[in-house]
Order: sequence, then structure tokens, then C-alpha cells
Amino acid sequence: MTEFLQPLVIDRWAYVFTILLLSVGLYGLVMKKNLIKKLIGMNIFQTAVILFFIQQAYKHGGTVPIYDTTVGARPELYVNPLPHGLMLTAIVVSVATTGVALALLVLIHRRYETLNEDELLQKLRES
Amino acid sequence: MTWSQLPILTPVVLLVGATAVLLTGRIRPSLAHRLATATCASCFAIAIALAVQVHHHGPTHYALGGWSPPIGIELVADTLSVYFLLVITGIALLVMVGAAPAVERDTPGRSVEFFAISLIFLLGLSGIVLTGDLFNLYVFLEISSLSAYTLVSSGDERAGVAAFRYLIVGTIGASFYLLGLGFLYSVTGTLNMTDMAMRLDPAAIPVRLAAVMITVGLGLKMAIFPMHRWLPDAYTHASSTATALIAPIMTKVSAYVLIRILFFVFGTSMVSIDLPIAQAIMWLSVAGVLVGSTMAIAQTDLKRMLAYSSVAQVAYIGVGIGLATPLALAGALLHVISHATMKCCLFLVVGAVELQTGNRKLSSLSGIGRKMPWTFAAFTAAAVAMIGLPPTGGFFSKWYLVLGGMATGEWWVVIFVLGASLLTATYFFRLLESIYTRQSSELAPIKEAPLAVALPIVILGLAVILFGLFNSRILDLFLRDAMPPGLVISG
Amino acid sequence: MFSETTQPLWALVPSLLAIPLILATARRPNLRETWTLLAALSQCAVVLSMLPWVLEGHVIESTLWSLAPDINLSLRVDPLGFLFALVASTLWIVTSCYSIGYVRGTREKHQTRYFASFACCLTATIGIAFSANLLTFLLFFELLTLTTYPLVIHKETKAALSAGRKYLAYTLPAGLTLFGAICWTATTAGNLDFVAGGFLSTKHGTAETLQLIFLLFMIGVGVKAGVMPLHSWLPSAMAAPTPVSALLHAVAVVKAGAFGVLRVTGYVFGPELLRDIGAWTALAWFAGITLTMASLLAIRQNNLKRRLAYSTIAHLSYTVLGAALLSPWSWTGASLHLVFHATLKITLFFCAGAIYVNTHIENISDMAGIGRRMPVTMAAFAVASLGLVGFPGISGFASKWSLALGSLEAGQGVFLGLLVLSGVLNASYFLPIIHAAFFKTNPAFDRVAEASPWLVAPLVITATISVVWGIAPNLGAHAVDLAMLIATSVTGEHSG
Repeated sequence: MTEFLQPLVIDRWAYVFTILLLSVGLYGLVMKKNLIKKLIGMNIFQTAVILFFIQQAYKHGGTVPIYDTTVGARPELYVNPLPHGLMLTAIVVSVATTGVALALLVLIHRRYETLNEDELLQKLRES
Repeated sequence: MTWSQLPILTPVVLLVGATAVLLTGRIRPSLAHRLATATCASCFAIAIALAVQVHHHGPTHYALGGWSPPIGIELVADTLSVYFLLVITGIALLVMVGAAPAVERDTPGRSVEFFAISLIFLLGLSGIVLTGDLFNLYVFLEISSLSAYTLVSSGDERAGVAAFRYLIVGTIGASFYLLGLGFLYSVTGTLNMTDMAMRLDPAAIPVRLAAVMITVGLGLKMAIFPMHRWLPDAYTHASSTATALIAPIMTKVSAYVLIRILFFVFGTSMVSIDLPIAQAIMWLSVAGVLVGSTMAIAQTDLKRMLAYSSVAQVAYIGVGIGLATPLALAGALLHVISHATMKCCLFLVVGAVELQTGNRKLSSLSGIGRKMPWTFAAFTAAAVAMIGLPPTGGFFSKWYLVLGGMATGEWWVVIFVLGASLLTATYFFRLLESIYTRQSSELAPIKEAPLAVALPIVILGLAVILFGLFNSRILDLFLRDAMPPGLVISG
Repeated sequence: MFSETTQPLWALVPSLLAIPLILATARRPNLRETWTLLAALSQCAVVLSMLPWVLEGHVIESTLWSLAPDINLSLRVDPLGFLFALVASTLWIVTSCYSIGYVRGTREKHQTRYFASFACCLTATIGIAFSANLLTFLLFFELLTLTTYPLVIHKETKAALSAGRKYLAYTLPAGLTLFGAICWTATTAGNLDFVAGGFLSTKHGTAETLQLIFLLFMIGVGVKAGVMPLHSWLPSAMAAPTPVSALLHAVAVVKAGAFGVLRVTGYVFGPELLRDIGAWTALAWFAGITLTMASLLAIRQNNLKRRLAYSTIAHLSYTVLGAALLSPWSWTGASLHLVFHATLKITLFFCAGAIYVNTHIENISDMAGIGRRMPVTMAAFAVASLGLVGFPGISGFASKWSLALGSLEAGQGVFLGLLVLSGVLNASYFLPIIHAAFFKTNPAFDRVAEASPWLVAPLVITATISVVWGIAPNLGAHAVDLAMLIATSVTGEHSG
């Protein structure tokens, strides 16, 4: 049993954690009725993807990817900086998306005075 | 003489234009529209220049910041890119020219912001078609999507809800794309499209997983059945100008990304032979064609009807991608320009009707054909093209699709594609009958739309017919060179 | 500029140019009508100018531009195309005069739309006639459907709108079937150009595949040709104004369908292939049943135009039958009937319209005694009816005789029997009308006089042409020579 689980789960526990986050995010997105909770679910989903990238960048015993004379020019000792850069951009995108989403939610609340999906559908059907 | 800076010029001009529009809008709001139109016009000019350059000298590469690929991000303008760029900038210009009265009416006091966001939207789209880096594509995809969500919310009362749903679905799609990209990066270590195409191992599981995820993600953005539910609400409730801007080009650019990644990065054999991705897209698109056309028949709101019709028409492009043969892909690409022209014309007509009559209920369209003759002459041409009757562009794209389908022996696809034309004919002829024959119930006199509004409509109506008659020129000028490696159009 | 290769293109130009001119002069009816007449006359002149070349056996080709890889928008003037174009363009002249009289007599609305649509239809018809390949043919064929729709719904009454919907419900699926058949042909054979004697052969597929393609083609063109059971749009389309019924539904649209049948059987499949796969028998039987059933149904119609509609369905199947029998004389007869039936039927419709304009009567039961008050009209009607019955001395006789010879040549005596039966049935639905018109009286018609010259002149002209051709069928248009040329090029030499 441990021989099967070891490489799949234990060695790659970080990725398993990412998958868990993805599921949590999707669950929140689909199952929750409150629109803000959906938004949070979406955010968690995006964060999981970001973590996935970061995890790839890690190297055992690697240091911060800033050139250090004591380490020298040996790439295997530095953590991969590219995914970090990419994910900074992705975080910016995520923030912008959240901003737009919150603005839309303000708009919806102003018009319909509810942020519950069921109540919203009800009001849409009536009008 | 080649200008390697031309690819970067488009996004830059749009960015500068957007900023300028915002700034001048503070001082003199009426200038904002003119500035936006000028920006669109210059982008169209750049696109033409780029097209000419690519035609004579081959693909133009531009390395951002001077960092050379594959580590640096590069912009690559090849024939496929400039084809889409011309469509994007052309449609944008035609919509922008007559947009002022409608935008002022739909978003009073906020038209400056509307124009600025439209320019950002176009920035995102032009960036998508010009980039040669997969992550850069994600960034531009989200830029255009965020602007699209905002533009959608500029409509009527329900626009906020529609925009929110669009946002959720769109972001999920982009996240799936990013996830797939993560797998690809972990296996190949590069993000440059050409580099990745060389390093990919089609048999590796992460690569196959990535292919599926990216397809799902882009399918959400492209409104492939059954992920199309966001589209009708978004297009119906957005303001007419926003819909006229988004509907013709947003889904097409997503189709571009699909073609670029599936055929140019992964390779035709991987997506059609190794994995059933192309087949899946084909069958889902056939379903989309049927569902979209059927739902359109049941609608009483003109915009909603056109929105469902868009689902069906974009699905035609999906069918062409799914068939994965040169002729079918040529049909899909021809349909890109045909549908963009047709849909833009139709939605601009809706805008014109709203302008002249104040509403867009189907009942108020009775007899309007005689009161706005030029507008509805173009509408008729676009409607005939949507049904797929010769000599319009809509007919010829179906011609290539059917030929492609028959060559691969996909008879059911052919039957469904042809059958859907009948469904389309049902709702369009019903509309035309109402437009030209019934007596108008409107008491107030309705006049033809102002020149700035009617002229783009008429140009688009003519273009629909001309693109059909001269589709062979389009094929020779653009589509032959735009084919993925390994697919060659014979004849 | 006017070389041999550009002549077919010039034939399309007059009606095409007329469209914007008509639309622009909507407020000045007399000027507007002049454009129609000018266009009709010049179009006929251009078409006629090609007669000498065609008679020599010359085939004029004109490639315009490329429509798709390996397929061009090309025009081609061969005997069959020329015959159809000649019929359409000459009859447009008389129909234009008639239309002017009719729309002014009934004070129709939307006259500009009417005349502009007519010009569009004629462009499409000449385009169909001169198509060099199946894609060009499809283009103009569908264009014809589109441009005839405004004319069918012209009166915008409930009946007209529903007739229009029915028309589309039949023609649009047919167009799609045709599209499918053409794509299939392109995929299997790689060629879409018409070749006399056909270009498909058994090496292009199994017999079943070829039969299926043939079926799809026949559905595609058969709807317009009124082959049963695809015919029922035609009687409903009589809700259109009479000139529309006359030119379009007795000449342009339905003849385009029959022309399509001739093109597909003779220039795509060819007699040899059709015999090999045995598809001709099915077509012949459908045609035979149509011409019998339609004649029977005609007897039951009280509305004059509907009776004429069913008669048209029957007579179109004469051409289809001639095509299906695949023998030289049957093809000669089919081609001749294309021409002769057109002039005869148009006369009948003109008469029906003249009666309507003067008396607002549409039903035969109300027409007793009209012959005495409108003698010229009814005389023309009598002449044309006798021609369709097959009376010697009027043009219909020559085509029926050829068809009869053709049935014998093909060894299919049963169809000869059907042709004779149909002749009898024709008599039984035409003669009572003439009898009632001349030999009964009705005081209600005391005030009725002959219709306006714009209406009467055309029908007199077409009736006279029919008589002249009855005596000398080859006069003027060399119809017989052309028909023989067609038959020889497709089926081979005539026997005797």
C-alpha cells in the first residue's frame, strides 16, 4: 500500500494540495448560492493554478534567484525565476478580474438588492 | 523595406489612443469619439501595411524589449495573424464610426469611458493574434475578456447579471488554459510557440492532458456547445454598440487561438489522430449548430435571436476546425470573415432601429423595411448570407465545409450542416416577411438612420456579397498561406 | 469589346443595369417602365446576335473569374442554353408590355419593387441558361428563388404570404439537396463543367452511389420543374399577379427546373450512364405519372389560373419525360416543347389576366359568354389551348410528334399511350372553357369590352407566333434546328 501511495501522494504532496484547492474552488463556484462566495471560489481556483506554477519552480536546496557570488553561476542552485514572474502577472490579472467582478456585484446589488443566486433568478423571472 | 516594429505598433497605438481618449474626455467629451475613431482607423491602416509586408516578405518577428526568443517574448505576424488582424481592425473601425449617438444614449455621461474600454478591448484582441508566446497570449486574452465583461455590463438592467456570468465562465476558461499551459511548461521548459512545437512529445501524458485542458478552456471562451450558455444573455443585454463590437470578433479570436495552438503547436496529427480532440470539437459543434439554430427560431427578441444564431454560426467554424482537413479549415477561416461581416451588419442594424424607433421588439419591426430602405437592404443581404444562399460569403464557407466533410466521409456532419441552413432560413425569412410586408404599428414617422450609422451598415452589406463572389481571391491572398504546416489546399 | 467570348456576359448586362435604374426612377413611372422595355429589347437583341454562331455548332465560352479552387464563374452558350435564353428574353418583352397594362389596370401597389424584381429574375434566368458548370448554375438557380419570392408575395395578402412561405418551403430544401448533390459530384468526379453526353461514368462510384446522387439532383431541380410529388407550390403560387404567373411560373422558374433536368440528364450523367444504372426508368415513370395526374387534377379546378397551373405541371413533365427516354427524337421533342409550351402557356395566362382586369373574374364557372364580349382574347385562348392539345397547325403539334417518335424510338410504347391519354385530357379541360366562353350567354357581361391594347397585343403576338410555328416550326428562331443539335450532341444521331 505504501509503495503505491508513496510516489503518488506523499512525494508529491504539494501537487495533491493544489488539486485539493482546485476542488475547493470549483465546489465553491458551483455549489454556493451567494455570488460573493462564488467569486471567492473562483479566486481560490485561480490561486490553485498559480500555486501549481510556483511549485514547479522549486528546487531542493535552491536559493532565491538573485545572483549571489558565493553560489556562482550554477543554475541548478537557484530556484527557477520564470514561473515566479509569470505568476506575478497572473496575480495581477486575478486582482483585476476580482475588481471587475466586485464592481459588477455592486451593480447587481444596487439593482436587485440581493446577492443570492436563487433570489436573483426569481427577481429576473418576475421582471 | 520591412518595418519589424509594425506588430508592436498596433497594441501601442491602441494603448496611447485609450489614454488619450480618457484624458481628452475630461476636457472635451465630444472629442473622445473622434479620437477613438481615428485610433481605429490608424490601426486598420497598420494592419493593411502589415498584411502587405507579410505578403511580400514572409512572417514579421518582433522581439519585445530586444530580448530574443525563445527566452524573450516575441510578436509574430504571419498570414493567419494578419488575416485576423484585418478582420478585427476593420470591424472595429466600422462600428466605431457610427457609434456616437448610440453610446451616448445607452451610457449617458459615460461614453468617454466606453470608448476607452473599447480601445483596450481591441488592444487585447490584436495582441492575441500577434503574439508568439503562450503566456503573453493568456495576458492579452484576459485583457480583452475583462474589457468585454465591462462593455457587456454597459447595457440594460440585466446586463450586470449577464456580465457577471460571462466573467465567471470566462475566467474559468482562462484558468483552464493556464493550467494546461503549466503542464506544457513543466514538460518543455519553454513558452514560445515555435519552440514548443519543436520540443513537444505528443505521446507524453502531461502534454495530452494539457491539450484537453486548453481545448476545454478555449471552448468556454468560444461558446462551444454545451459551454455556450453565457453567450445569449451577454449579447442580448449588452448595449447595441457593445454587442456589435464584441459579437463579430470575440469568439472568432478564441477560434484563432484554438487553431493556432491545436494545429501549429500541438500539430494536426496529434489532435486528430492520436487524441480525439478534433472529433470531439466537430461533434460538439454540430450539436451547437443545431441547438443554436433551433433556439433562435423560438425567440421574440431580435437581439436574443441573433445571439443564438451566433452560437450556431461560430459552431460552423468549430465544425471546420474539427474536420481538420485543408478545405474544411479554409471554410472555417472564410466563415470567420463572412460571419464577422454578417453579424456586425445585423447588430448595427439593431442599433440603428433602436436609434430610430426607440425599441427593438420584433413587433415594432413591421413594415420598417420601406422606411429605412438602405439599412434593411443591407440587412437582407446579411440575412441571405446567414442562410447560406449564393453568391454570398456564407454560401461559400459552407461549400468548403461540405466539400471537406464529404472528402473525409463525415456524411452526418454534412447533413446536419445543410439542414441547419433550413432552420436559419425559417427565422430569417419570417423576419424579412415582417419587415417588408406588414403595416407598421408605429404612429411616429420613422426615417432612415443618419449617414454615420447607415454607411457602415451598407458597406458591410456589400462586403458580405463581395466576399462571396471573390472568395477565391481571399483564398489565394490569405488562406493558402495561413494553413498549418502539413495542410495544403489543392487546386 | 463585343467579341465572341464576351457576348454571353453582355447578355446579362441589360437586365442587371435595369435594376438600379428602375429603383432610382420610382417616382416617374413612365421613365421607369421605359427602362424595363429597353432592357428587354436589348437583352433579346444580344441573345439573338449569337444565333448564327450557335447554329454553326460553335460553343461560346466566357470565363469570368474564379469562384473556388479549380471552379470558375463561367458562361457557355450551347444550343440548349441558347434555346432557353431565347425563350426567356423574347417573352420578357411581351410580358413587360403586358405587365405595364396589368399593373396600371389593377392599380397594383409596389410597382417599383415589381419591375425591379422582374429584372433581377431575368438576370438570374439568363445566368441559368448560360451556366457553364454546376456551381455557376447553382448560383443563378438559388438567385432565381430569391428574386422570385418578392413577386410571389407581391399582393401581400394572407394567401400571397402563405404562398410565398410554401414556395420557399419547397425551393430552399431543394436548393440544399442540389447543393449536396453538386458537392458530391465535385468530390467524386473533380469536375463540374457541363459536357454534352455527360461526364460521370461508372468508374466514379457504384451504381447505388450514382443512383443516390441522381436522386438528389432530381429532387433539387424537380421541385422547380413541378415533378410530382414536389409540385404543390405551383398552384399556390397562382396567388401572384398574372404576369408573374405567366412569365415566371409558366416560363422562367418552371422552365429553369425543366432545363435543369435536361442539363443533369444530358450534360452531367449522360444517356449511357443513365442506362447503365437504370435511373432513367424511375424518372420516366415519375414524369409519366405527373403528366397524367396533373391533367386529371386540372379538370377539377374551377379557378382558371389553378387549372392552368396544373396544366403547366403536366406539360413540364413532357420535357422531363423526353429527357428521361434518352432517345434522339425524345430529346428533340423535349427541347421543342420547352419553347412551344412557353409561348402557348404564356398566351393562356395573358388571357386569364386580361379577363381578370376587365371583369375581376377568376373562376371558370363565371366565365360563360365572355367570348362574345372579348373575342380577340378568347380567340387567342382557343388557339393556344388547341396548341397544347396537340392540334396540327399550331406549334404544340411538332413537339408532341417528336416526343411520340421518341417513345417509339426508345422502345417505350407505354409512354406513347400516356402522351395520347394526356392529349385527350388536355382537350377535356380546355375545350369546355372555350365552349362556355363562346356558346353561352351571360347578361352580366353586357358592359364588358376588350381589354387595353397593352394587354391584348402581347397575347395576340404570342398566339400568332404559335400559329406561325405550327406551320413552319423552324422559322425565325430555328427552333427545330437547335433542338436537333441538342439531341444529336447528347444522344446521338436521329433515326429517320
